Amino acid sequence: MEYSGPKHKLEVTLPSEREIVMTRVLDAPARLVFDAFTKPELIRRWLLGPDGFSMSVCDVDLRVGGKFHYVWRKDDGGREFGINGTYREIAPLARIVHGENFDEPFYPGEAQVTTAFAEKGGATTVTMTMAFDTREIRDGAIESGMESGIVASYDRLERILQEG
Amino acid sequence: MEPIGYELGSGHLDATFMALADPTRRAILGRLARGEASVAELAAPFGMSQPAISKHLKVLERAGLVHQGRDAQRRPRRIEARPLEEATKWLEGYRKLWETTFQRLDALLGELQTDATHRRRTKRRKK
Repeated sequence: MEYSGPKHKLEVTLPSEREIVMTRVLDAPARLVFDAFTKPELIRRWLLGPDGFSMSVCDVDLRVGGKFHYVWRKDDGGREFGINGTYREIAPLARIVHGENFDEPFYPGEAQVTTAFAEKGGATTVTMTMAFDTREIRDGAIESGMESGIVASYDRLERILQEG
Repeated sequence: MEPIGYELGSGHLDATFMALADPTRRAILGRLARGEASVAELAAPFGMSQPAISKHLKVLERAGLVHQGRDAQRRPRRIEARPLEEATKWLEGYRKLWETTFQRLDALLGELQTDATHRRRTKRRKK
């Protein structure tokens, strides 16, 4: 099949010095999208970053004050990395606020992540707002994502070329 | 504020993003993208004083987004494309990583919806 790219484009903006905002439309009702963001058996199937990673730990205690812990492992036996955090606010099907940091933190404090779900005509717009303590930490987060992002896009390009 | 360097690195990108955060400065860049212009030529369409435009130009120049041309009298300003390309590339890498992730979510949601339809149909048939 010819690769035509995703139907909905992910938008990434930097509305202030300390924030990253991502917006993406998903063709599914909020009920399913909310499940995909909160049920471990579903999270494991998509929240994987670049190709070649899988989740070795995916614990979710979905209540205010409850904790979550995700660990990713590279399939070829590479090193693991994880993030953990605490839920601050849960409005079912509408909004989740949590704090998060890496298991081996490279910055102090927590990032505050707000995930909002808005359903309209059977599609759901997800808006993730990540607020960091300083601009330097935010920029570091973008830079670390950038490296793996480039790897992922090359992998995908290779696949597209093979499909020819 | 910390000094703004011209070396490649996040300090440089900070200056770029700070310069781009203002709508007037984005409009000035939009105008300069169509060709060089003097301060007076830039001030007119924006309905701003020349000193006000000069202030914005200084921020853009510090970020390396705008350069002064050679003509000593008119001192036309010219757009510099490279820092803009760097800034776009920087954020684009991050966007691509998450795009891959969201495409996986698209596939999963598609599957879940097909499963749900299938289950409903099977149920109906059993009745």
